[in-house]
Amino acid sequence: MTVVRISDDALALACGADAVVTAFEAAGCTVERVSSWGMHWLEPLVEIAGIGWGPVTPDRVAEVVAGKADDLCIGPVADHPFIKGQQRLTFARAGKTRPLSLADYAATGGWAALTRARSMTPAEVVAEVTASGLRGRGGAGFPAGTKWQTVLGARGSTKYVVCNADEGDSGTFADRMLMEGDPFQLIEGMAIAAHAVGAQQGYIYVRSEYPHAIAKLSAAIDLAAEHITPFAIEVRVGAGAYVCGEETSLLNSLEGKRGEVRAKPPLPALEGLFGCPTVVNNVLTLAAVPHILAKDGAALYARLGIDRSRGTMPIQLAGNIRHGGLYETAFGITLDELVNTIGGGTTSGRPVKAVQVGGPLGAYIHPSQFHLPFDYEAYAEADALIGHGGIVVFDHSADMAALARFAFQFCAAESCGKCTPCRIGSTRGAELIDRIRSGGKAMPDAVEALAQMHNARKSGRSFEEELQLLDDLCETMQFGSLCALGGFTPYPVRSALKHWPEDFR
Amino acid sequence: MKPPDLADIIAAHSGRKGALLPILHDVQAAFGCVDATAEAAIAEALNLSRAEVHGVVGFYHDFTARADPRPEVQLCRAEACQARGVEALVAAAEAAAGDRVRLRTVYCVGLCSVGPNARVGDTLHARLDEAALVRLVKAQ
Repeated sequence: MTVVRISDDALALACGADAVVTAFEAAGCTVERVSSWGMHWLEPLVEIAGIGWGPVTPDRVAEVVAGKADDLCIGPVADHPFIKGQQRLTFARAGKTRPLSLADYAATGGWAALTRARSMTPAEVVAEVTASGLRGRGGAGFPAGTKWQTVLGARGSTKYVVCNADEGDSGTFADRMLMEGDPFQLIEGMAIAAHAVGAQQGYIYVRSEYPHAIAKLSAAIDLAAEHITPFAIEVRVGAGAYVCGEETSLLNSLEGKRGEVRAKPPLPALEGLFGCPTVVNNVLTLAAVPHILAKDGAALYARLGIDRSRGTMPIQLAGNIRHGGLYETAFGITLDELVNTIGGGTTSGRPVKAVQVGGPLGAYIHPSQFHLPFDYEAYAEADALIGHGGIVVFDHSADMAALARFAFQFCAAESCGKCTPCRIGSTRGAELIDRIRSGGKAMPDAVEALAQMHNARKSGRSFEEELQLLDDLCETMQFGSLCALGGFTPYPVRSALKHWPEDFR
Repeated sequence: MKPPDLADIIAAHSGRKGALLPILHDVQAAFGCVDATAEAAIAEALNLSRAEVHGVVGFYHDFTARADPRPEVQLCRAEACQARGVEALVAAAEAAAGDRVRLRTVYCVGLCSVGPNARVGDTLHARLDEAALVRLVKAQ
C-alpha cells in the first residue's frame, strides 16, 4: 500500500490538491494530509517515500503511481536546493508532519520545551528569551524578552497572552502556514509565555480571511487542552479590518469595540486586554519560543543572524516571482540572493523592476539596493523596513505611480479614523497623486477652491510644487499619525517617487 | 427577523468576555446582515447603547446592515496579486458578474505567491487567468 503525502494547506487546496488526493485514493493509495513544504510553485506537491512530484494534476496521477512523470519529479524533497539552503527552526516540521496529529508532534520534539519551561521559574524563562535576542516578528521588532519582563513584573492577578494572527499584509502568509501546518507549536509557545508572565488565559486573534487556519487552530486547541492546562486558549475571529493588526486596535476589537488605535502609554504590557497586563506577540514570535526554550535553544538561536537581528526569519517570497514560498533563514541574507538566486527572478520572465518588503507600508526597493542584508537596522537606515518578512516582486510592467496611489487608497480604506493625518491625509494623498499624474492641471485642489477657504491658494500648482506638497503631506502623516498605518504610508509613496520619478510624469 | 434564533445566538455567548464580535459574526452568518432590530436586541443583552453596537457594525467590512442575497465572489486586489496581473482581469470579471453576482474586492487571502486569487465562501481559487475567473463568476 503506497503512502502518498499531499498537503491540506490552503494554498495547496486552492491549487487543486483535493482532486489529486481523490485520484490517488481511487488508484488504491493511502493519502496522508501533511503541512506544506512551502515550495508554492510546485503545489500540489506529492511526496512518496521522500521523493517529490509537482505540480501534480489528476490526469498525471497514474504516471506518478507508476514511477514515471519525470518532468514533474524533483527527486528527494529534503535535498532540493530551496529546502537545503534554509535554516528551518519555526518551520522545521513543514511538509513532514500531519498538523493535527499529537503523535507526530510529540515524535518531533513537541511539548519538551513546555515541560522544561514549567520546571523553571518564570524569571528564568524570561531570561532565556531575552538571551536569545528574539525580536517581535510582526514587524515592530521589539525585544520579546523585554516585553515579557514588563508583564511578569506588572501588578495584577489577571494577565493575558494574546497572539496577533491578523496577518493582513499583502505578500505575507507565514502565520497562515504556521497556524495551518504546525498549530501545536504556536499553542506550546503561548503556554510557555503564559508560564513566564503568570497569565491564565490566551486569545488568538485570527483574521476572518483565513477560514482554514481558524478551523485548524480550533481543532488543535481542543486536542492540546490537556497539555497546556490550566492555561486555556480561545480563538477569536477578526472582521475584515486591516488596522486590527496593530496591537492596540486588536485589543479594542477583542473587547468588542471599534478597532481604534490607542495612545501608548499605557503599554499593553501594563494595561492591555480588559485593562490587565497583556503580552501581545505575533504568531512567529510565539512559535519561535519552543525552540528557544529547548535545551541550549537560546544560545543556538542567538548565534544565528547578524548584529542585533538574531535568529531566523521565515521570509515569504511572493508576487511576480518564479519560486514563491516560505524561506526561513538567518538574518543577513541579501535581496539579490532571495529574489534572483533563490526566487529565480520573475514568473513572467521580464526584468525585476521593484520589490516591496514589509507589506503595504513597506518601501519599494530598487535593484540598486539589492545588496541590503536582511537586518532590522540596515533596512531602517535605508528608509525601508523588514516588517513581517514578506517580499513582493514586481516586474517591468509595474506602474510605480499607480502603486503610490494605491498606498494612499489602501490607507484611506483601512484607516480607523481616529487621527486626522491618516484619515484625511490618505484621501488627499490619492487626489494629489492623480493631479501629479495628470501633469499638474492648472486647477487648485477641490477643497482649496471652496469659497470659505479664504487664505488658500486659488491657482493651480506646478509639477514641482505638487511634489513639494506631497512631501509635506508625507511628513505630516509620518510624524502626526498615531500608528504605523498613517505613519508608514509615506514609505511606499516616497520610495516610489525617489527611485522611479519617470513613472510620475 | 426570527427573534427566537437571534436570542439563541446571543444566549450562546453569555459569559464570554468581549462577546460582541463573536455575536455579530454569528448574526451575520445566520441572517446575512446585522440590521437595526438585531442591533437593538444585542445592545439590550450586552447593556450597550444601540449607537455603540451600530458603531461596531459600521466599522468592520465583514458586517453589513442589509442582506444581499446575491452569490459573492471575492477577488484579491492587493499588491502581490497586482504584481501577478489581477488588475487586467477586473473588467472581464465585472462584466461576467453584472448585477447577478456580487464581485467584492478584498485585500489579501494569504496566497500571495500563486495569484490572481479568489474566494467563494470558504473555497479558495488560485492561479486564475481571465478565462478561469470568468468561468468562476458565471458558475455562481
